[in-house]
Amino acid sequence: MFGRYLAKRLPYMMLVLFGISLLIFFLARVMPGDPARLALGPEATQEQVQALRHRLGLDQPLYTQYYVFVKGLLKGELGMSLVTKRDVSKDLIQRLPATLELVAVAMTIAILGGIPLGMLSALHKDRTIDQLSRVFAFAGVSFPRFWIGIMFQIGIAYTLGLLPITGRISGDPPAHMTGLYLLDSVLTRDLAAFMDSFKHMVLPAVTLSLSPLAQITRLIRASMIEELRKDYTIVSRTIGMPENLNIYKYMLKNAFTATLTVIGLLVGWLIGNAFIVEQVFSWPGMARYGVNSVLRNDFNAVVGVTLVIGVGYVFINFIVDLLYGYLDPRIRLKK
Amino acid sequence: MGVRNTILNIEGLKVHFDTLDGTSRVLDGVELSVREGEVVGLVGETGCGKSITAKTILRSLPVPPGRIIEGEILFLGDNLLELSREEGHQVMSKKMSYIPQDPMTSLNPVFSVGEEMGDLIRWHGRRRLGPLELMGLRRKHDNSIAKAVELLDRVKIPAPREIIRRYPVELSGGMRQRVLIAMALIGYSSLLIADEPTTALDVTIQKGILELIEEKVKEEELSVLYITHNLGVARRLCDRIYVMYAGTIAETAKTQDLLDNPKHPYTSGLISSIPKLTGDEFKGIDGRIPDYIDPPSGCRFHPRCPEVMEICEQEKPELVKVGGGRLVACHLFSTGGES
Repeated sequence: MFGRYLAKRLPYMMLVLFGISLLIFFLARVMPGDPARLALGPEATQEQVQALRHRLGLDQPLYTQYYVFVKGLLKGELGMSLVTKRDVSKDLIQRLPATLELVAVAMTIAILGGIPLGMLSALHKDRTIDQLSRVFAFAGVSFPRFWIGIMFQIGIAYTLGLLPITGRISGDPPAHMTGLYLLDSVLTRDLAAFMDSFKHMVLPAVTLSLSPLAQITRLIRASMIEELRKDYTIVSRTIGMPENLNIYKYMLKNAFTATLTVIGLLVGWLIGNAFIVEQVFSWPGMARYGVNSVLRNDFNAVVGVTLVIGVGYVFINFIVDLLYGYLDPRIRLKK
Repeated sequence: MGVRNTILNIEGLKVHFDTLDGTSRVLDGVELSVREGEVVGLVGETGCGKSITAKTILRSLPVPPGRIIEGEILFLGDNLLELSREEGHQVMSKKMSYIPQDPMTSLNPVFSVGEEMGDLIRWHGRRRLGPLELMGLRRKHDNSIAKAVELLDRVKIPAPREIIRRYPVELSGGMRQRVLIAMALIGYSSLLIADEPTTALDVTIQKGILELIEEKVKEEELSVLYITHNLGVARRLCDRIYVMYAGTIAETAKTQDLLDNPKHPYTSGLISSIPKLTGDEFKGIDGRIPDYIDPPSGCRFHPRCPEVMEICEQEKPELVKVGGGRLVACHLFSTGGES
């Protein structure tokens, strides 16, 4: 089943990726301002600027530039960054794991926190616990993340001194395997590095998780309330299904399926929008790199980051589709 | 047959619904009782409050918009309306069973038939499971699947071993209904509430299901409240029939007495509206079930009643005994206060 599904989805995914590459390539090229001039500064002569334009291939027609871009892409090259003067792919490989780790931990918090909270809310609808969780969910969505991050830094990190204020790790990073510090330190059995990176992870991950946690809470609450009214819930309760089995198995699976799409979108959204949190916590991640690239008109870097985020979206949604098929037989059977 | 204990007794049950247009007074003092091992029919037109009555007994009335205004439901000595959620669930899941009306929405779409039946067979009547059992880490080694197959076989499902792996969406309405009937028969219960369970089935299968219910009644002293609009089915299965009209009980009597000699004008109308294969013109009752927000004064049937009198518009008739264990709520029998 999986193979057949993959065969059906793969060409479609390729098409989407091709579309993304085309779109962001041209959008990056039409951004106002001359990247070469920006990179060299106001002191540079016209000749120097021309030379750099030539070296970057900016004097070529767009289709030639695109051809060169795709050719490089197939070799794993994304072109030189005007800021770091290295190939963008190298910059990304260095920064992407930091963002992925942050997003993964934040999403885990959001899912593991949002589902129970939403269920609690639904099962105690309109009672105190529900009111509290709704206020919390509302606050989580509406408070700006940079403000929450700074509050955490002042309160928990600075005043109480419980956790580090910024950065990803204080000591030496664990031996490089995946670039995900938590995972690497587990794999290399480096407890010190694990605790170190874990402490650094807590505040940014919690800050980043609040908004998705709140959204998941609200969605689970709404779909659980709906499930409570469904005929099949009432029937199985009436004919002797244990109450908690009915809730945690039979209702939750339906409610979770309804929430899954949003979880997929949230992951993609977080990868792109982690930059505020990365900025506040000086997190050496890709999202921050991306925003800086935009500000400096570092077009190769912009294209690289956008491409990674695009691929991330496509990949996550592919996983979500697979999970859908796994969770809901109606989708699996439709084929 | 000696006098049997009453296991379900409903007194003066009033249930209202709050709607945007006002309060819908659906159940207006329902009186009903079921004795041990008795099959009782609840018959009436669509919209007369049969299903609401069932839902109220099963504590699955949506509140809001529904509201139980007054009345009591005594079941095996407990007033169901006074029990807490937990206690009520306990009594209901152990002692009652239910076959729902709509097979299309009554099965969980994301679980296979075997999965859901297996859990019901394994855990029937347990109020809560421990965490390990809940996660499926501790499964009782049992014959639940074999039992599920056997039950499906009893409700005449072809190839039950195959069906057990199927999901509801792969089954027809009739098949789903039979799965639901099989589920309702899991575990021992005292009262089965069946809400038009055979409506979606063809006549031969319907016959099989009715036989199955009769068998369970005989074997296990099961009591049944059988809700239907089909007097033919009620005649076949029921010992006693309640005729319901617009949220009130119009009449009750032993099945044969009721059909041979209906007292309430509504019952007569209902019987004469059964299409007959032989016989003359098909007769019905003029008019429709009344509006519950602004129901007719007095007897709710009076606007449609062929024998309407002055008092019918003013006073609601009480259920009175008319001999032979019969009860009728009609001024034709209460005026003069006799027999």
